[in-house]
Amino acid sequence: MAESSQQHIDIHVEFSGGAELLFDKVKEHEVKLSHDNNPWTIRKLLVWIKENLLKERPELFVQEDTVRPGILILVNDADWELVGELEYEIQNKDRIIFISTLHGG
Amino acid sequence: MEKGDLSDSSTLLGDLVEARKQIAELKEKLHLCKQKEFQNFQLPNPDEGIDREGSEDDKRKVNELCNKDIRRYSRQLILPEIGVKGQLALINSSVLLVGAGGLGCPSAIYLAAAGVGHIGVVDYDEIELDNLHRQVLHTEERLGKSKCKSVADSIHCADICQRIFSSHKDNVATRYLLNDACVLAGKPLVSASALRFEGQLTVYNHEGGPCYRCLFPRPPPPETVTNCSDGGVLGVVPGIMGNLQALEAIKIITGLKASYVQKLLLYDGLYGSFRSIKLRARKKDCSVCGETPTVTGLIDYESFCGAGPSDKCMLLHILTPEERVTAKQLKEHLGSNSPPLLIDVRPPVEFDICHLPNSCSILFTLSC
Ligand SMILES: [Zn+2]
Repeated sequence: MAESSQQHIDIHVEFSGGAELLFDKVKEHEVKLSHDNNPWTIRKLLVWIKENLLKERPELFVQEDTVRPGILILVNDADWELVGELEYEIQNKDRIIFISTLHGG
Repeated sequence: MEKGDLSDSSTLLGDLVEARKQIAELKEKLHLCKQKEFQNFQLPNPDEGIDREGSEDDKRKVNELCNKDIRRYSRQLILPEIGVKGQLALINSSVLLVGAGGLGCPSAIYLAAAGVGHIGVVDYDEIELDNLHRQVLHTEERLGKSKCKSVADSIHCADICQRIFSSHKDNVATRYLLNDACVLAGKPLVSASALRFEGQLTVYNHEGGPCYRCLFPRPPPPETVTNCSDGGVLGVVPGIMGNLQALEAIKIITGLKASYVQKLLLYDGLYGSFRSIKLRARKKDCSVCGETPTVTGLIDYESFCGAGPSDKCMLLHILTPEERVTAKQLKEHLGSNSPPLLIDVRPPVEFDICHLPNSCSILFTLSC
């Protein structure tokens, strides 16, 4: 059993600022990622989200292997630019948030 | 009896259609004209700025508080963080509010009440009825009037100067324009936005923090941008964000530390959560605030972003003319012996506001 718990990582994925509309308006997702030999990077997570969570219009979420301009990614409440962007290695219990910038007032 | 009284309803209807067409044409002309003015917006020459010794503004500078000021501002004056020095800084300060809407109105109220000496307001819109639930300085009596004028009339303040920018006019082109203008003029930009139940706020271009381009070097595709008229917004949410903007501006003016430099505040009014996110620092390779900037003057922001400064609807061409039915044709079909099934694909909330009889609501969405 102890071994099987190491075969996946649990992370918290969240969408806000309107990005949740692409995910059936569900903002928070608890995600289990099965562990293989290659580490989970943000790059790999984006593909996984596109294939498993995204409900519509993938071009509004990803473009050319990364998130579309206007979406900011946060890893544990910090700008992903501070932790290595696409190559960041996701750790167990990480909180990864996708924020679409709002335009209104 | 005058001729008008004898007109039948179809003649009047015809006149009305014609008048509407003329209004639409005039609006279009006005829009183009304003676009041109918007593009010709010139940055003030920094040499003529208010920081130069002996300038007009220097002469207007207030060096001590009068008795009325002391009484009027006493409750904030006694805060050691503000004090006489802070109050004088407020009285001698200038804030430019870009946008006199849901964020600009509450900001303007509190900035004026706090004693900010010069408040400039920029907005090319006129007041519409559906603005009033959140743009709390405007009134029904002022429908169709300029939002700028309305704010100025409400707070008795209309000087345009430029020390701190406070941005509310929200769409992508305006954001890049304001960002670049602030970087080029060396002014901090207190930026906020609100949509649905959510708000965001940050201070750009201040004390080593990033500018908007550092965060978003490339503009988002125009079809991904939802505005208030599509997405809806609860009035009090921009009210909260606009007040926070005023607070940040007041802190910057009085020399207190701004709280949202290199930080993004996320407010979720539905969950009741305020969250602060750490952002990247200024980017060395930023195209406007970096070490070797490529943007050294204002550019054409509409073509850069692929959309105009209007946050109104973008025209989508989904159906060809042959695929459409007019309201008249539909009425005939619905009145026939075998009426078609009418499906209303708008969101349920819009269906609830109004719909045609016997239509059936099935949501079809293209929105982001
Ligand atoms: Zn920058």
